[in-house]
Amino acid sequence: MVLFGITAVCALAGGAGVILSRRPVHSALGLLVVLLSLAVDYLLLDAQFIAAAQVIIYAGAIVVLFVFIIMLLAAQSGEHAGAGAFAGPAGVGAVVALCVLLAAGLLALVRGPAPAAAPVPPAFGTIQDVGRALFGRYVLPFEAASLILLVGMIGAVALGRRLGPRTELRESKDAPLSLRRGPGRNGDRAPAPEERVRT
Amino acid sequence: MSVPAAYYLGLSAVLFALGTAGVLVRRSALIVFMSVELMLNAVNLTLVTFARVHGAVDGQVLVFFVLVVAAAEVVVGLAIIVDIFRARETVDIDNVDLLRG
Repeated sequence: MVLFGITAVCALAGGAGVILSRRPVHSALGLLVVLLSLAVDYLLLDAQFIAAAQVIIYAGAIVVLFVFIIMLLAAQSGEHAGAGAFAGPAGVGAVVALCVLLAAGLLALVRGPAPAAAPVPPAFGTIQDVGRALFGRYVLPFEAASLILLVGMIGAVALGRRLGPRTELRESKDAPLSLRRGPGRNGDRAPAPEERVRT
Repeated sequence: MSVPAAYYLGLSAVLFALGTAGVLVRRSALIVFMSVELMLNAVNLTLVTFARVHGAVDGQVLVFFVLVVAAAEVVVGLAIIVDIFRARETVDIDNVDLLRG
């Protein structure tokens, strides 16, 4: 109970940090706090494998990717333009409506019948248990998941490469081609990939 | 399971609401993305809680798939954000409204 209270407070503080902090790096750190607190909650709920996967995949890979992108964008633009900006009154109104909904949901949760936990075997949630389900009944979705990861990888590579040929095209000929980028205000200023590497 | 399941569900609901508020209120595409991750994690907590309540491991398997989809989503989404930033030098979602018509 004490451990749950600590993790709950940490998770809520981290979540508030994600949406309230003005610097993106602080938001990423808030997200990290949330993820680690939830990993502890998963341990309390007898989900050892999921807790480990949470730390490895989310905290290890996804947050690092976020920090990496923040670093990349901040290095290119100096300080983040508009990163600390908040939406106008429409957004605030939507959030107030959301809070009302949340209060109603929590009230229903408190008043409703408490679900009693079923007794579970000691091996519940271990990697053997989850693995048996994953490679037994769920083997087809598991293969589909590998396909999703492959598609994501290819998509990221394709999106990351897309600027290459275009800049070469603009380099080989002259100014008129740069208009092809449409209304981009800074189309002419975008450096070629080689320049970017050098500076 | 010393803590009642309702506490976990309440924590999950509050985290989900925080994520939704972040999506609604923030204008930086990166922060919006992190808020989406927050919502995904809140749902994961619900799934793990119900897996424990019902004593069935299927909920944890579903969380595994959510992790996979979230990883793929983050990779593609961040690539798109980087691409937008290269083209327009901004990640403010109010400035990227090409589909508004």
